[in-house]
Amino acid sequence: MSELHKLLALIRKDLLAEFRTKEMISSMLMFALIVVVIFNFTFDPGSRATAEAGPGILWVAFTFAGVLGLHRAMVHEVERGCLHGLMLAPVERGIIFLGKAIGNAIFIFLIELPTFLLFSVFFNIDFWRGLDKLAVIFFLGTIGFAAVGTLLSAISVNTRTREIMLPILLFPIEVPVILSAVNATAGALAGKNWSAISGWLKLLAGFDLIFLLVCFVTFEYVLEE
Amino acid sequence: MPPDQNLERWTKIFVYATSLMMLVNLYNIFIFVPNEASMGIIQRIFYFHVPSAFIAFLAFGVTFVYSILFLAKRKMWHDRVAYCSAEIGVIFTTVVLVTGPIWARPVWNTWWTWDARLTSTLVLWFIYVGYMMLRAYTGEEQRGARFAAVFAIVGFVDVPIVYLANRLWRTLHPQPVMMGGADSGLHPTMLKVFLFSLATFLGLYLFLLFHRLRLERTRLELDEIKRELAYSQQ
Repeated sequence: MSELHKLLALIRKDLLAEFRTKEMISSMLMFALIVVVIFNFTFDPGSRATAEAGPGILWVAFTFAGVLGLHRAMVHEVERGCLHGLMLAPVERGIIFLGKAIGNAIFIFLIELPTFLLFSVFFNIDFWRGLDKLAVIFFLGTIGFAAVGTLLSAISVNTRTREIMLPILLFPIEVPVILSAVNATAGALAGKNWSAISGWLKLLAGFDLIFLLVCFVTFEYVLEE
Repeated sequence: MPPDQNLERWTKIFVYATSLMMLVNLYNIFIFVPNEASMGIIQRIFYFHVPSAFIAFLAFGVTFVYSILFLAKRKMWHDRVAYCSAEIGVIFTTVVLVTGPIWARPVWNTWWTWDARLTSTLVLWFIYVGYMMLRAYTGEEQRGARFAAVFAIVGFVDVPIVYLANRLWRTLHPQPVMMGGADSGLHPTMLKVFLFSLATFLGLYLFLLFHRLRLERTRLELDEIKRELAYSQQ
């Protein structure tokens, strides 16, 4: 089996396990939608404040729901000793990391689309406007978020204060990703062209690369018994 | 583990040297150095604020280096140095975050502003407080050390990135005075006082580190004795 096959098998395993129960995706999606609705109370719909806060609200919903998913995905692995099975399998630790990270990114992606749809309804935003740019931003932002999130969820799941530890560790580290994703999203929603937001996109891509690399290298020290 | 006498000797050297330097430093800052022209007396907080920031970075740098050493060599002692240094770094970052607003209030007419320096310092503080919480809640020593080392590496790599990201925002914090652009630079007297203050803070850091390591060494020994006792009673 080549490395690519192993990676694909890992991703397939995660997707298959999730689509048989759908419990993670549905709870993440519900949570993201509720976050958007609650923020909706804060502002008058259609006001300037809404437009300004919109991108931030969207990313708050994504990151909050994302943290839930990351945690659940790792708890699934630890319960019933699945993680031990993975560690015994003849797969490099880095490949396990990539498999989990890509799986997590796919789950977060799947909740981003319906959340954005509802968001544009609630906040009176033209759904089609800048959708191509948003797709790129969501893609890059999710990659960076899932990379660090996967590493830190593997750490936090082994602590006594599991579910609260993950956001405490993750959010400060994710500041650069969230910051540039929010700014790029604001640009895209305001109808700016590619060159206007390319600075943020480059930054985002740069963060993704650095984080992927650092997490890939350090993950093997987390999975050790 | 280094021998106890060594740690004790260094602790002693640094406590005497630093105490003396602190007295001189206080005289320098409050009596010797001239008032800054535009900010007046409040500028003297500079001699506490900036050295604390330097030392905090140094402390986290030490944590970063020793975390890598720990992962490479698996010596418990490296982990203890990383942990103790992070602890002291958090203290110095707290000093920076407290003295900053006190200085900012009269000069910028605001306690806090979300600019590059301030935001990244606060994030730095969050990251290392998270590090200490991770230590406290992991339980098992070896595993906790490994997790903390990984987190310290990711955290330290993140800090310059946060700084870079935030820089693209507007900034109110002054440009670096030391090694800055052509117009920057301190009055020679102020520079001397500043460098002396930096040396004093460095001494304080080293004293705290050696003292804390001594404490940690004793704790490890005590754990060992407890374990032996527990086994012998079975």
